[in-house]
Amino acid sequence: MLLFLRRRFLFFFFTYLLSSLTIFFLLRILPGDPARVIAGGREATAEQVAEIRAELGLNAPLPAQYISWVGNFLGGNWGDTIAFRGAQNYDLIIERSLNSARLAAVALLMSVPLSLVLGVIAGLFENKLPDILISLLTLSVVSLPEFVTGLFLINIVALRWGSSDLAQSLGWWFPSSSAVRADASFGEMLPALWLPAFAATLVMLAYISRLTRAGVIEELKRDYVRTAALKGIPWRTVIWRHVLRNALLPTITVIAISISWLISGLVVIEYVFGFPGLGSLLITAIERRDLLLAQAIAMVTVTVILFANLFADIAYALLNPRVELA
Amino acid sequence: MTAAPHLLDVEGLTISYQVKGRWLPAVRDFRLQLRRGQILGLVGESGSGKSTIALALLRYLSGNGRVEGGGTLRFAGDDLLRKSDAELRQIWAERIKFVPQNAGAALNPSIKIGAQVTEALRAASDIDRGEAQARMMRVFHDVRLVDPERVAQRYPHELSGGMQQRVTIALALICNPELLIMDEPTTGLDVTTEAAILDRLRNLIAEREAGVLYITHNLGVVAQLCQRVIVLYAGEIMEEATALDLFQRPKHPYTQGLISSVPQLGQSKRAAQLQAIAGNPPSLTRTPGGCVFADRCPAVIERCREQKPPLEKLGDGSLIRCFRWEETISMPPVPRPPQGRKGRKKPLPLNGGGVWGGGVESALLHAKNLSKLFPVARSLRELLARVEPAPIRAVDGVDLHVRAGQTLGLVGESGSGKTTLARLIIGLEERDGGSLELLGMDVRNSVRDRSQDVLSKIQMVFQNPQNSLNPYVTAGQAIRRPLIKLRGMAPAAAEAEALALLGRVNLRPEYAERYPDELSGGEKQRVAIARAFASDPDLIICDEPVSALDVSVQSAVLNLLAQLQDEGGAAYLFISHDLSVVGYLADRIAVMYLGQLAEVGDARQLFQPPYHPYTEALVSAIPIPDPRHSTERILLSDDLPSAQNLPSGCRFHTRCPRKIGEICEREEPPWRAGDGGHRIRCHIPLAELTTMQRRLTLADEA
Amino acid sequence: MRSVRVSRVYAAFKRSAGAQLRHPQSAVGTLAVAFFLVLALFGAQLAPHPNPNDQSHAARLPPTLDIGALHLGEHPFGTDRLGRDVYSRVILGAGSIFRIAGLGTLISVLAGSALGLFMGYQGGWIDEVIGRVIDALLAIPALLLALVLVGIVRNLDFEAGSWQAALADNVILLVISLLYIPIVARVARSATLDIRTREFVEAAEVRGESKAYIIFREILPSVVPSLVVEASLRFSYAIFLVASLGFLGFGARPPSPDWGLMVNENRGGFYQLTPWALEFPALAIAVLVIAVNLMSDGIRRALQKGA
Repeated sequence: MLLFLRRRFLFFFFTYLLSSLTIFFLLRILPGDPARVIAGGREATAEQVAEIRAELGLNAPLPAQYISWVGNFLGGNWGDTIAFRGAQNYDLIIERSLNSARLAAVALLMSVPLSLVLGVIAGLFENKLPDILISLLTLSVVSLPEFVTGLFLINIVALRWGSSDLAQSLGWWFPSSSAVRADASFGEMLPALWLPAFAATLVMLAYISRLTRAGVIEELKRDYVRTAALKGIPWRTVIWRHVLRNALLPTITVIAISISWLISGLVVIEYVFGFPGLGSLLITAIERRDLLLAQAIAMVTVTVILFANLFADIAYALLNPRVELA
Repeated sequence: MTAAPHLLDVEGLTISYQVKGRWLPAVRDFRLQLRRGQILGLVGESGSGKSTIALALLRYLSGNGRVEGGGTLRFAGDDLLRKSDAELRQIWAERIKFVPQNAGAALNPSIKIGAQVTEALRAASDIDRGEAQARMMRVFHDVRLVDPERVAQRYPHELSGGMQQRVTIALALICNPELLIMDEPTTGLDVTTEAAILDRLRNLIAEREAGVLYITHNLGVVAQLCQRVIVLYAGEIMEEATALDLFQRPKHPYTQGLISSVPQLGQSKRAAQLQAIAGNPPSLTRTPGGCVFADRCPAVIERCREQKPPLEKLGDGSLIRCFRWEETISMPPVPRPPQGRKGRKKPLPLNGGGVWGGGVESALLHAKNLSKLFPVARSLRELLARVEPAPIRAVDGVDLHVRAGQTLGLVGESGSGKTTLARLIIGLEERDGGSLELLGMDVRNSVRDRSQDVLSKIQMVFQNPQNSLNPYVTAGQAIRRPLIKLRGMAPAAAEAEALALLGRVNLRPEYAERYPDELSGGEKQRVAIARAFASDPDLIICDEPVSALDVSVQSAVLNLLAQLQDEGGAAYLFISHDLSVVGYLADRIAVMYLGQLAEVGDARQLFQPPYHPYTEALVSAIPIPDPRHSTERILLSDDLPSAQNLPSGCRFHTRCPRKIGEICEREEPPWRAGDGGHRIRCHIPLAELTTMQRRLTLADEA
Repeated sequence: MRSVRVSRVYAAFKRSAGAQLRHPQSAVGTLAVAFFLVLALFGAQLAPHPNPNDQSHAARLPPTLDIGALHLGEHPFGTDRLGRDVYSRVILGAGSIFRIAGLGTLISVLAGSALGLFMGYQGGWIDEVIGRVIDALLAIPALLLALVLVGIVRNLDFEAGSWQAALADNVILLVISLLYIPIVARVARSATLDIRTREFVEAAEVRGESKAYIIFREILPSVVPSLVVEASLRFSYAIFLVASLGFLGFGARPPSPDWGLMVNENRGGFYQLTPWALEFPALAIAVLVIAVNLMSDGIRRALQKGA
């Protein structure tokens, strides 16, 4: 176990180092001057650019810049926000991250059980009607770009059907915009969350259900299934106790990997629904040329993803006796 | 119910598989009768339908298989074909048990052994946990699992193959079933493990009065275990008889061919060629209208192709499906002398004439002190303590020489390091120590550094013909490439030479245009052999070249190898786990155990005392295809010690039945020289060994 | 020798094409992709108003399309708020999405395969290091990386005609290649690892064949099926990404007839006025994505089982 943990942690730090280098140098190796971008691009005067260069410490050698940048990031000193005057990047990002986290949590709670169920059903009925229907569903509606499904949900469900008498009488609420107050509690936010969360659910649904299906089909072909069935236990027990145990183990890792997908999807979904999350903040940051903000957002995202993968791998190793922990 | 029906009574069973929308009958008109306490063998080659029959008898065919109407399948008088799913489950739980071939795959990898075994018990009867546990321990003890408490706490991957197979047998026996269906339960295990399991199985079955259907391709196992035998070919019964009768007086030409195509222990290529069955079994999609064996039968007549011979029941209860059995039974195959020596193409080097003439200097290949270590990743503790973990010593100081034009056989259990040794010599693995000389030239470590000259002189025939030919390259291209690359031939010349090589391996010229998936296993191996011979090498390393082939095909490939050596004079380093096969082809044999050689000697010397105690165990473990033959087996424990943590002193002392005392644990044994280069590495002097070891009956002596 | 090998690979594809047609859903997908491909190639000839910025029509005309009567009418998809013919713009938009997604896929598959084959065959520390770098790159969400890259390059000022400017113009293409090369390399690597331990590769080594020969003549043919499957998958993701970037305003710039951009321009307040100007490009994206998905699923099904 220790050996495994050591290797996994080493890998974690290595990946973290490389990703941070990538994010850092993205702004440096590209042709052109980041200071000029921040100063306003083409229209900026030479003085403005020089001022920003000095402010950002861009005159120091690259390794020194990287080290001070990492130090600042780890110390929570992420600089001033340019996109919104007077705000600190740190406060802004933490606030928006919490909003996104709520949205992501609702999306995960919806998508993981649903996609596991769909994947298992499709796997158990390989090439039969339920499988064909589910695969058509996941290949079509579910894998459309988020903005297409998002706009559909807003324009058709929220605006048209949401205002219908039936929906009104049921008391359902279909917000066409998910703009929420900054200080709204989770409970208050929930009605605004569910439509974008549903859009985000679709993003992961196709991916997780497909891999679950493949896992179930693969496990069903194994000899131990025959051994179990020939013990005379009911088929249902064979599936629950033997097949699913092995087929669902890898989905832990799959879910962790799909968090990266979810974050990409959230960028678009937050933009479409006007939800004040990290993704819409990123778009604003880039539109307003706030590169430091964008950099910090990228680092936060990568941190979340790498930790998710780390925990998933450890959980997988703990649950799977086949992983050598010696 | 009438008095004492057969335990299993099958009549007219036809089983079909759906292939591309068509239902093709894979097993036709199968029948069997099995009594309680009887062990019935079902012998067939791969594709003969024997596993299909097992699953059909269990009523566990996959979705694309079905039992056709018209047949009957009665178990203890009840029609199994009429049972509902619930009734079947009841029968599976209590009365019929199945032991599968690949035990590693047949156990759920993420559930502990104990839970998997007690699950079977609790499906059969309503017993409490403690009782189940106690019964499990009893049956674990019965199958001779060492340390049953710990085994129950293990996951399947933590057990060795032999232990896994014992667990599946325990799983089947724990409910005291009336019928056991065993599908190749010892295939894939080492002979020593196989012998121990078979020995146990025989006693367990005798104690329990269960009926057993034992399915295998191994005639030796059948002869040693079964009372009656059914011979299956291409989905049809060819013959059924008592084991004694079948091996003494085989009636069907197929059975005769099968029995005589297995090299007997001690039989050598010098005495007689193996009896090979020509050709390949028919495919499922093109089953002949007449006798299914007609295309390969030496006694075929016109009638065999037009009409399907009926399954005839004879007076003594045996069955036969052949028009001409009365004639063929009286003309058993005569062992053919080896084909006339056509004169070697290459003159053998000096001193090469006599088998034992000449010293080490005359060797074609001379390996000295070869070793290979595989490093092991350090654990955290070792990292902190700055200790290097012990590497795996796959090959540890092996001295070996191969003489020109001769065959050196290399035998040992899996994990003994024999394949690594071969890979060191060919250069696919880099040696960590020792030297290698070919014809007096120093041979570099890795293939990458070897000269064209050395490369062309050592070639290799791989184990698995499925993998050794590129699926996107035709047979002709595969053979041409080394001609162009290593012999510098022009494409046109290479083309002609490739056809000549195809001819030498007995393949028609049109095979040059075929891709590997259009060839049978034996044909692929012939192409691989032609490819190895293309560069006109002096040494060919054959790593288990026939172990992936069916018995009837295997003998033809062995004959071919013997014949090519005779014509061309290439020497072989022939690696196999099968002592009979090695004994047939080799001039000298080296026995390997845990990375070291235990015994080296002339092929004949190796099968008579004095043996190294390990060789003795290996020889005694081989199942002899003759029911009259019974040797007392020397049973070894299943487990080879880990090559990372080698036993001190003599490496074999942990399993050695002839261990003399502390000296075996403390000191490395000396090499003891016998007659004519025979060497044994043991603390016991050779004379003493000889008196201890009884003489094993040898086939083909005199 | 080469020609025979190629014909062998080709025969495998012909078989797979047959399998493709046996599954109705993948046949429909393939046909639909072919239809869009025709639009992409001959859009200028097929569109009634070849100039996408032709504002000569009345603004906000509703669609005249009547599917029941198989009647197209003057403006089948209506006109947008600026009086541009939506039908023509949708047809003309097919070209750019195919060009960028297709070219991006091609570049990443070629470069990624070469990299992956090399890594897989070479093994050792080189493989380890490149593999870790790829892992690190893949930890950054694709869209995020794309947005940051595009955002930066967009705002830079380059001399017209310089290579930097050329790069900036094709920044989406660059982003797709950058994102997908590591992914393809990973697939090619694992396929290579599977093949390289086969005995026919060792037989080639024992013959003293060069590395290049072993990689390209012995290993590559067996890896091609998985690369084709991956390529079709990459293509569908590339279309997805191009459309998303266009929608977010980071792809083509107005007034080009980019589908994602058209959706963005006509959403929000404009939706009430000209819903068709949003719905038809969105529909085009939806149909294309579904078609490519069905096609690549068919390819996967045909090539992955046997091989």
